[in-house]
Amino acid sequence: MIDWTNANFLPWLIPVPPLIASALIFLLFNRSWFLTTLTALAATILSWGMSLAVLLRALGLAFGDPLGGSAFSSQIAWMDTGTTQFNIGVLVDPLTAVMLFMVPLAISMIMIYSVGYMANDPRRERFFGYMALFAGAMLTLVVADNLLLLFIGWEVMGFCSYSLIGFWFEKESAHKAGVKAFMTTRVADVIMLIGIVYLFAQAGTLNFRDIFFNHEFLAELASTPALIFGGAISAAGLIGVFLVIGTVGKSAQFPLHVWLPDAMEGPTPVSAMIHAAAMVSAGIYMIIRMYPLLAAGADPHHGIYNAPLMLMAYVGAFTALFAAIIAVAQNDIKRILAYSTISQLGFMMAALGIGAYVAAAFHLITHGIFKALLFMSSGAVIHAMEHGEHHAHAEHHGEHAAPIDVQDIRSMGGLRQRIPVTWWAFLAGGMALAGFPLITAGFWSKDEILAEAWHLGVGGEWFGPAVFVFILLAVAAFLTAFYTTRQLAMVFGGQPRTAAAEHAGFVDPEHPTPAAQAISGFMQGPLLVLAVFAVIAGFVGVHPDFPLLGAIFSPYGNPFHNFVTGTLAEEMPKVAFNWLPVLISFLVALGGIWAGWMVYWRRPLAAGQEDPTKVALDRVSPALYTAMQRKFYLDELYNAAFVRPAQWISDVLVAQIVDRGIIDGVLHFIARAATVIGETFKRFNRVVIDGVGDGIPSGIARFGGWFRQLQSGQVQQYLLMALLSALVIGMVVFVRLIGRG
Amino acid sequence: MELTAEIVVFAVFSIITLTGGVGVALTRNLFRSALMLLVSLFGVAGLFVLLAAPFLAAVQVLIYMGAIAILIIFAVMLTRGMVTARRVMNDQWSVAAVVALFLFAVLAVIFVQVGQGESAVLPLNPTGDPPADGTAALGQALLDPAQYVLPFEVAALLLAGVLSGAIYIARDDEPDEPSQTRG
Amino acid sequence: MVPLWMYLVVAAALFCLGVFTVLARRNAVAILMGVELMLNAVNINLVAFWRFVTPATMMGQAFVVFVFVVAAAEAAVGLALIIAIYRRRQSVVADDANLLKW
Repeated sequence: MIDWTNANFLPWLIPVPPLIASALIFLLFNRSWFLTTLTALAATILSWGMSLAVLLRALGLAFGDPLGGSAFSSQIAWMDTGTTQFNIGVLVDPLTAVMLFMVPLAISMIMIYSVGYMANDPRRERFFGYMALFAGAMLTLVVADNLLLLFIGWEVMGFCSYSLIGFWFEKESAHKAGVKAFMTTRVADVIMLIGIVYLFAQAGTLNFRDIFFNHEFLAELASTPALIFGGAISAAGLIGVFLVIGTVGKSAQFPLHVWLPDAMEGPTPVSAMIHAAAMVSAGIYMIIRMYPLLAAGADPHHGIYNAPLMLMAYVGAFTALFAAIIAVAQNDIKRILAYSTISQLGFMMAALGIGAYVAAAFHLITHGIFKALLFMSSGAVIHAMEHGEHHAHAEHHGEHAAPIDVQDIRSMGGLRQRIPVTWWAFLAGGMALAGFPLITAGFWSKDEILAEAWHLGVGGEWFGPAVFVFILLAVAAFLTAFYTTRQLAMVFGGQPRTAAAEHAGFVDPEHPTPAAQAISGFMQGPLLVLAVFAVIAGFVGVHPDFPLLGAIFSPYGNPFHNFVTGTLAEEMPKVAFNWLPVLISFLVALGGIWAGWMVYWRRPLAAGQEDPTKVALDRVSPALYTAMQRKFYLDELYNAAFVRPAQWISDVLVAQIVDRGIIDGVLHFIARAATVIGETFKRFNRVVIDGVGDGIPSGIARFGGWFRQLQSGQVQQYLLMALLSALVIGMVVFVRLIGRG
Repeated sequence: MELTAEIVVFAVFSIITLTGGVGVALTRNLFRSALMLLVSLFGVAGLFVLLAAPFLAAVQVLIYMGAIAILIIFAVMLTRGMVTARRVMNDQWSVAAVVALFLFAVLAVIFVQVGQGESAVLPLNPTGDPPADGTAALGQALLDPAQYVLPFEVAALLLAGVLSGAIYIARDDEPDEPSQTRG
Repeated sequence: MVPLWMYLVVAAALFCLGVFTVLARRNAVAILMGVELMLNAVNINLVAFWRFVTPATMMGQAFVVFVFVVAAAEAAVGLALIIAIYRRRQSVVADDANLLKW
């Protein structure tokens, strides 16, 4: 029997509770709110508990041996593929372990938060069913030991994202956003699948350990020309490029980023789940996992780059800056966060592109925590604003002010007094995002990326991609701090700009209902938990040579680095401590925060006042701010170039011309021909056959009618006939007699 | 041939017979037609006498003229058919006339040819004489078991049966009711 | 002596007159009279042949006697029939007795 307390087998159980919960909710419990939430929360917390058990064992802190150089793994034979067998199983190596720290934590917090957020939604049970399925799929992906199982989790999450983004499907925009998300990631997923198939064809297996620890195989793959574009790229390179394209779609990098901002149509917990904890993280996790393959034949630490690495570096860095620029001009509270997610994912991808493996993983973990925190806080803000709007309408019966967009930050303001808990949580998350020095997790992870980029680029080796990455990421970090501060200022700072903001809050102070208080508790509790982690999570990755803090937190070397680097066959080189990148990190972060404070907080915006940034940029060019706000018209371009032609093909070409015109035309023609033939046969039947058939009897009847007149009933006629006959016969006989005689 | 008295008498009686016959055929008035029948029958009786069969002549007068023709006259009177202005002949009288004429022609030619022509087989003169007592001989022949007594008795039976049948056929069905109208 | 064939011709003429009467007259009684004519013609033939061919035996005359009998019987029955029909149908026109048809 299987010993489930053994860390090798326990990972099998981790994805199971949410999957079972999803099935139970959909099939049985969806009439009962109580049972639904109970099941979902219980399942999530159970998974979290098991993940913690595995993690602690992986760290060696309890229950047995630490991971060290080996990993917890277990496999079963799944299907026969000719001469070999395809195995699937679970693998817990250091990378998986750190993911198992962040992912279940974030998912659990989001689930608890959802209980409060979705309490008044008519379809709330269905929501939890999907969320449980989503959680199960993500956990499957995290513990998978082969690329196929990872891909299965990947695709299931894609389906769940479609269902959840388009959860309020009565809204046309929500439905369209769901389709857009699915379609865009689908494009990437198909290419990724081609890469997976190609890899399987070359390797005969998709198991991570088998591929990545097999150096000869990787070297051979890197020197074989690819099946297509063989002259320019190796097989490993082509596979790597395809896999990276899968991440470009899933993690919303340029040019496939267009689905993520629209995905804000879904409920906020969905945004938190998709854009922080789970789906987009899965994309980055995948390329971090596949790094040995992606870097096959290259050595980024010594300036040798190959196609996948360069793709990641350039696309990632460009996306980071591109999205940050757009975020500056957005006014929807969730959309700013969406673009910031795209930007931060670009950071991670660029980091991996220049070979900063550990830094990318570190930033993935910290980002998951503080982005989930930020989304949930923004959801709390929206909730409070909706309450405020109800109250504003209720109090001013006579006036009917124009309905305001509760998500537009221009209609907020001064909320720090109204919803203080949310304010502190948002501040913690926002500062982590901006990279506020020293006391936020985001600082440490972002600093590490910049440090490595500096080291490989401007600061020392001057490798081209690293230089590019460093410059763009530094500017992006500055803008990140700027727009984050802008968001904080416009939402929480100054004075309320609308009546709704004046009355914003979770609980009506005059009639506090237990339900409302429970909701606010469910929503605000997770915020606090995550806020704590947003502050302290960074301290596991302090450089040992960092003044003062290095000695405190990393006496034996950078703990995170030491732990995660065990994932790879060879240890990742550690970057030496250098003042300059740290200083630059300080400068960009503080500089961006200061600029935002100056522009937006010191003189807070009044109602109806124009955004100062817009005013400033308009002096340069009026179209510039508009372009930023309109996301540089990329959606319009895609619509015209891809969506509209596809619709035309399906609607006009196939449906009307081919289907209705040609196929139906042929069918109608055949039907008409058959009818004509039938008519001809019918006429032939009627005229010829019936004519003969009826003609013969009628002819006989006519002849009979004529002939029967012979029997007239007149006796004398009979006599005459008899006499005549006798005469004739007699004469004939007589003549013969005479003749003979 | 020479004009003997026999020939003259023959001619006279032949004419009487045939005229009577023509009268029967063509007379519109049915009663007159019946009388013409009587005339014809008389002529036949005369021919019988010429043919040395006096008994038959007498029987002819008695039976034919005296009974049968009278019977016919009775029938004529009883059936109201004599005072009619309706047509005499039916639709096929022309065809009948042609056929009758044709029949006569054929028969006449045959008889002339056979009697007088090249292949004459009929005797021109009687081959013998009848017995002196012809009537007695006839009576004996009719009652002689070796001759014609059987047909004689059968004829008697026939008459009995026929007359009974005729009476039955012609009797009144419902004595006190008027006869049924034509249906 | 009048030759035989003359008697035969006369008889033939009488016979043909009788035939014509039977075939052409409408009245049933007239038809019966025609039948009598025909029978008489036969009698003439019979007697003529007896006289000229076998005058010694009485066979010819006996035959004629029987013809008489039959003629009488037949006339009686026929007339009875006519009367019966007349009683039913008020008509002695032969044409009207046409039920024996199709």
